[in-house]
Amino acid sequence: MTTEAIRVYNRPPRHIPRRVVIFAVLIVLAAVFAMPLLWMVSASLKPENEVLKSPPTFIPSTAQWANYSQAGHGLLPFFLNSCKLAALNVGFLLVFASMAGYGFARLNFAFKNLAFALLLSTAMIPSMVYLVPQYMLFREMGWIDTHYPLWVPNVLTPVFGTFLLRQAFRGVPIELEEAAKLDGASIFGTFWRIMLPQVKPALAAVGALTFMGSWNDLFGPLIFLNSTRLQTMPIALALFKGEFFTQTNLMMAAATLTILPPLLLFLVAQKYFVQGITMSGLKG
Amino acid sequence: MTNAVLPTVSPPADVDRPKPKRRTKVKPKRQNLAGWLFVGPVILGVLFFQLAPVAASLVVSLTNWSGLNKPTFLGLDNYKELFTADDTFWPSLKNTVIFTLAVVVLTIGIGLALAVLCNQKVKGIGIFRTLYYSPAVTNVVAIGFVWFWLYDPDNGLFNSTLKTIGIHGPAWLSDAKTALIAVIIVAIWQGVGYPMVILLAGLQSIDQSLLEAATVDGASAWRRFWSVVVPLLTPSLFFLTITQFITSFQVFGIIYVMTSGGPNNATSVFIFHIYEAAFGHGRLGYASAMGWVLFVIVGVVTAVQWRLEKRWVHYDN
Repeated sequence: MTTEAIRVYNRPPRHIPRRVVIFAVLIVLAAVFAMPLLWMVSASLKPENEVLKSPPTFIPSTAQWANYSQAGHGLLPFFLNSCKLAALNVGFLLVFASMAGYGFARLNFAFKNLAFALLLSTAMIPSMVYLVPQYMLFREMGWIDTHYPLWVPNVLTPVFGTFLLRQAFRGVPIELEEAAKLDGASIFGTFWRIMLPQVKPALAAVGALTFMGSWNDLFGPLIFLNSTRLQTMPIALALFKGEFFTQTNLMMAAATLTILPPLLLFLVAQKYFVQGITMSGLKG
Repeated sequence: MTNAVLPTVSPPADVDRPKPKRRTKVKPKRQNLAGWLFVGPVILGVLFFQLAPVAASLVVSLTNWSGLNKPTFLGLDNYKELFTADDTFWPSLKNTVIFTLAVVVLTIGIGLALAVLCNQKVKGIGIFRTLYYSPAVTNVVAIGFVWFWLYDPDNGLFNSTLKTIGIHGPAWLSDAKTALIAVIIVAIWQGVGYPMVILLAGLQSIDQSLLEAATVDGASAWRRFWSVVVPLLTPSLFFLTITQFITSFQVFGIIYVMTSGGPNNATSVFIFHIYEAAFGHGRLGYASAMGWVLFVIVGVVTAVQWRLEKRWVHYDN
């Protein structure tokens, strides 16, 4: 960029410095986006009589941390169910998606293109279309009111994960693989020991997005589970509304606890999320 | 069924590309076996859990199956009933279309504005990006409750705030006139992060020399944006119109949590209607018919979008 171009490009609009304008807009928008979540946290820390006070106050008079222990105590079994399902979904999906991704990226076999087209085409099918037969299938298999429908079908149909990992495997230098072959490594050995470590960032991206999908799933638990003890956190929250909590402050504490795990994961693994989301927008 | 990120709908563009010839001693038969061992579980999974049920659902849609009775073949009666005798179908379709149009246009529009803003080189921009995206990782039940309470006609934050400046706020979710708008606002708040991230990546991949050239030619910032930046973003925008359409048209969670389709069907959407038919009334045949109507609508609209692609999407950068 020439000096002239830089000068023209950065010319401030009239007299207000450009940076000040940008900052002001950024902060106003941040307030708008954060407001519902901040309000949730604020209410979760209020004593009961303060939640519905008019005019509303933002800062609780005294922070009621006991709200959290009360809400958390009720949520604990559902938290464990959600953790179990998230672990199964992430773990097995990564295995199957990375195997398929590697197969499509680096192995040659009959009907490969057809198989890949078939896989991608399913991304367009609304899940509502196959919901009813799927439900009947699970009923035949005795899977209704078990955790199986909430992870087995997911991990065996990882369209997005396969696509993303295929892209990642294609980026690994072919020489690495050929060297391993020369050393006499089997195809599986090459995949497991040489190739898989090369695509760790893509694995993290797929894992993070899978965790979100599993944790935030509403439809699956709603349809396939009947027993309360098997339910996941989001559904438990919905049940709490009717059964346990008539108090808004406790509801908000429970809502905060439900949102916390994915939010923390997002903050920690933000880089991988952005990578995964961005790659979903790439052209195959 | 996840609401995190839709898989790509791009066609396998490079599938037909000739593969580099590799000298390998592995026999074709062994290669076939190895390849299919690697992709087999996923292909079988897709066939067993998705494609076979899709085909089965077409058959079920021609019957009066409830899951318990012996199904009777009805021909197209379910479809006929849906189009002519179901008083919830047309309103729910209308609501779905309004919801989808509003969410697709506004999430992409606001997402683009946020992406441009987040592409500025100012201090702490990462914090703002994180904040704008964070609603996208929350689950609908939790945020549904929060917004439900914010919208409360008497004690909610919105109306309490309006009251302090002397305005009597609307009843939001409990008024048929405002309920759908209220739900759309929540969907946009939660849904804008995904287009923002995609468009931000698009912005960051733009070759800066093009912008410099335009600047040297005397193009204003406004002109540069519309004549250089936006055309270069059209592939991302196209991708987003397709994916956002498919997800928004299948909205369920937020409706289920916040309004259950009410008041008076004002927010009843298509998927909610299917859900009620299948699991509320046990009409599996009828629900399958609706599922297929949904499939056809989504398929046709997506096909039309692909046909229109040439008219506005530029790939020549």
